[in-house]
Amino acid sequence: MEVWQYINGHWITIGNWTLDHLWLIFVSNSLAVFIGVSLGIFIAGKGREEIADTVLYLAGIMMTIPSLALFGLLMPLLSALDLPSIGFLPAVIALILYGQLPILRNTYTAIREVDPAMIEAGRGMGMTPRQILLKIKLPLAVPVIMAGLRNAVVINIGIATIAVFIGARGLGVPIFRGLRTSRMDMIITGAIFVSILALLADGLLALAEKKFTPEGLKK
Amino acid sequence: MIKLENVTKVYPDGTEAVNDVSFEVKDGKLCVLLGPSGCGKTTTMKMINRLIPISSGHIYIDGTDNREMDENELRREMGYAIQEIGLFPHMTVGENISTVPKLKNWSSQESEKRSRELLNLMGMDPDEFIDKYPTELSGGQRQRVGVARSLGADPPIMLMDEPFGAIDPITRDRLQDEFLKIQNEIQKTIVFVTHDINEAIKMGDRVALLKDGELIQYSPPAELLAAPKNRFVRDFVGSDRTLKSLRLMKVEKAMKESPRVVREDDDLDEVENIMKKNDTNYLIVVRNGNELKGWINREDIEDASPGTVSDAMVEDTGAAETGTTLAEALTVMLERDVANLPVVDAEMKLQGLLTFHDLQNLIGETYTESGGKHPEV
Repeated sequence: MEVWQYINGHWITIGNWTLDHLWLIFVSNSLAVFIGVSLGIFIAGKGREEIADTVLYLAGIMMTIPSLALFGLLMPLLSALDLPSIGFLPAVIALILYGQLPILRNTYTAIREVDPAMIEAGRGMGMTPRQILLKIKLPLAVPVIMAGLRNAVVINIGIATIAVFIGARGLGVPIFRGLRTSRMDMIITGAIFVSILALLADGLLALAEKKFTPEGLKK
Repeated sequence: MIKLENVTKVYPDGTEAVNDVSFEVKDGKLCVLLGPSGCGKTTTMKMINRLIPISSGHIYIDGTDNREMDENELRREMGYAIQEIGLFPHMTVGENISTVPKLKNWSSQESEKRSRELLNLMGMDPDEFIDKYPTELSGGQRQRVGVARSLGADPPIMLMDEPFGAIDPITRDRLQDEFLKIQNEIQKTIVFVTHDINEAIKMGDRVALLKDGELIQYSPPAELLAAPKNRFVRDFVGSDRTLKSLRLMKVEKAMKESPRVVREDDDLDEVENIMKKNDTNYLIVVRNGNELKGWINREDIEDASPGTVSDAMVEDTGAAETGTTLAEALTVMLERDVANLPVVDAEMKLQGLLTFHDLQNLIGETYTESGGKHPEV
């Protein structure tokens, strides 16, 4: 009841937090996809097995660092570089890092697992390595990369709430304030909206995944 | 023409995959690279389109060293079909077949026209198949599309690595027959890799038999069977090489042309005289020109005499059609338990007579003629 009252009375504020949250996720995951896919393609290249192992290992370790600690670690690093150490920027950086593992690993695995016979056929017909990447490997990897992105987005929607501790805005704000002032209604409101966002994002990206899957791969 | 000159492949770890191999494939001919696994046949083929770099020696394509060409251009001039087929699952049949035309910047109308042409050639209805995806095809259809794709830009040369390897024997047999028919029309210069001796004999104008990276024998299939160079070749072609060579020869090669015939209204005494004169107990009966009607035996004449041929003959139009192989004819003879088999054309007109005796002689002849020995038991 209290929760409902709170929501009812603060539509606009909650709406703004949600938009802030979404913007944070949008910016960080767009960049994460760009970096993760490029890096994934790079490390999936021939003769880069060792680099790949190292990169994937580091990305794995990144996931084990508690988010609060990562935010804490980023602050001195950014101020040393004369960059804003609180607010939007460190939050985006942290979320990019968290998004790397699923995107990077899926890109890498999908490209590595393209049937060698297809690559052999492509080479034998005179496709350049670039044509093989763009016309064979990537189209076949898209569904798997999309699944990785979906994973990353859902994880990051949760983690982004914690970014409020370093001054970023978003749905972490009501949770954070609720904790400090023992306002259960605010905490629950924040939690509900974060969950709804995560579920919606998951659903939408599932649709996108289907849409981006090449026709011939659908069963 | 493809010409290999002292071609050698040594891998960095010292493995000698191909050792000093030289041979040439004339325009429009199909050369089979045959041998057990690890003999270097696939490596040899892949050096032709430079999928595997050559260590020493030269490969000339129409007189030009293939290392002087751009490798991708080179490959686009050579059709490439592999056992695993490697169709791109995210592309339709039409798009798959258009792979090389697109690489060569053909317009989409031209590419589609070519795809349709090739599907027709492969005996697949273009309207039904051009927009299908590989997952919607059967194994045999995929194999056909793979071959069609390798013919995409109408390359003068084709490299085929066990292109019919991944399908059941019956479909494979049919695809081989179809492909031979197609090759008869399109006359490509083909290098065809297989480990299957029967496929090699059936498909090849010439067969290059390799062992441990060395070319052991390079000859037409009939010669490979009749005159194996050494024990390895003999073992590889198998102890039934006599039967295999029968599969290579057409009945025309062994039959007696224009054999003595009689007609239904001929007098039996006269027929008996002909038999005596020709030292035979068997004569073919024909009518209306040369249409096969049956045959007549000396024993039956004695029972029915006096009379005409029609009183004693056996009406029987069992025969071998021209163009069938001796192996097929022999099978018919064994099944019917006869020592004589008329040979007819498609209109049942008598063309010749195949006798068991001639068959035996012929087999002996191919052995000695080519300098080979009779098989050891």
